[in-house]
Amino acid sequence: MIFAKLFYEFLKIGLFTIGGGMATIPFLQDLSESTGWFSIAFIADMVAISESTPGPIGINMATYVGYNVAGILGGIIATLGLVIPSIIIVSVVSGYLERFRNSPLVEYVFYGLRPAVTGLIAAAGVEIVRIAVLDNELYKATNNLRDLLDWRKALYFVIIFYLIRRFKRHPVAYIGLSAIIGIAFGFAN
Amino acid sequence: MRELWEIFVSFFKMSSVTFGGGYAMLPILQREIVDGKKWMTEERIIDYYAVSQGLPGIIAVNVAIFIGKERKGIAGGIAGALGIVGPCLFIITFIAAFLSNFQDNPLVRNAFAGIAVCVSALILNSVIGLWKKGVVDKTGIAVFAIVFIGMMATGLSPIVLIVASAIFGIVSRKIAGGGSR
Repeated sequence: MIFAKLFYEFLKIGLFTIGGGMATIPFLQDLSESTGWFSIAFIADMVAISESTPGPIGINMATYVGYNVAGILGGIIATLGLVIPSIIIVSVVSGYLERFRNSPLVEYVFYGLRPAVTGLIAAAGVEIVRIAVLDNELYKATNNLRDLLDWRKALYFVIIFYLIRRFKRHPVAYIGLSAIIGIAFGFAN
Repeated sequence: MRELWEIFVSFFKMSSVTFGGGYAMLPILQREIVDGKKWMTEERIIDYYAVSQGLPGIIAVNVAIFIGKERKGIAGGIAGALGIVGPCLFIITFIAAFLSNFQDNPLVRNAFAGIAVCVSALILNSVIGLWKKGVVDKTGIAVFAIVFIGMMATGLSPIVLIVASAIFGIVSRKIAGGGSR
């Protein structure tokens, strides 16, 4: 049943996502590949919407996926699945707060975990860049390597990346600007 | 019951005005929980943040559960979590329903094609941020490379890679620490 599957998949994500909103992206990529519920391109849309609306990014993405897979109830079930592990884990840890904070074991775990999470998000990012910046369809049609790179998008990638690094504004500002650029230059064509 | 409702409403309000979650919520929590309701000190909230980052799940949700639980036990924790989640359910459902009717609209398609480029750059930016904080030595670079290649080249689930790297962290540190002790 779709609701049970949705709940189970997001329960797993809630149990293993460490490091905030962006850390859910590799899991969503895995989910896209294993279930076919949505495409990798859809993940980029989802990140943008989640960043541009109130509420934590991870929760927004769960609601968005759930809704698209199984309607309003799907959105609720995916979101609850994501949150339930937190309720259990935090309830347990809150009794041992000091011990948890000062535990060398936790520190050891993170010694391995931090670079791993960075690697996971980087790998998922490569997939998203490939879909956002490269023109796979034209390349498939012509088989000409020069058609693979959409130079307008590649140039814009460099510009927007520079702006993000330079001005450190809230992501919404860059997302809004990019929507206008996309429309002005007909990026979907 | 009244206090549970109060916890729920508080977090519902805070979630509605926080764009992005995580640390974006800290100043808002401070205003609502520390200055407004006077439920706890700022230091306490910062402690909860620090621990929440080290736990699985969404950071803002974890913090809400910690605060709710301190006020009213597990029921308070659940009220806090539901408060955070509430606005997302409304807003995202509304947007998703709206967009599913307009996804073939050329304006929407062009806008999202532009946005996808931006999201790629945002992800690269957060990878750089995480790299600076988390990849501190040669071992870190090796773990990053192995996980990166593992995720790109094999169909391995991120769960497997996360569990393996956590175990690796314990084992490698234990060995490193064992020699000096």
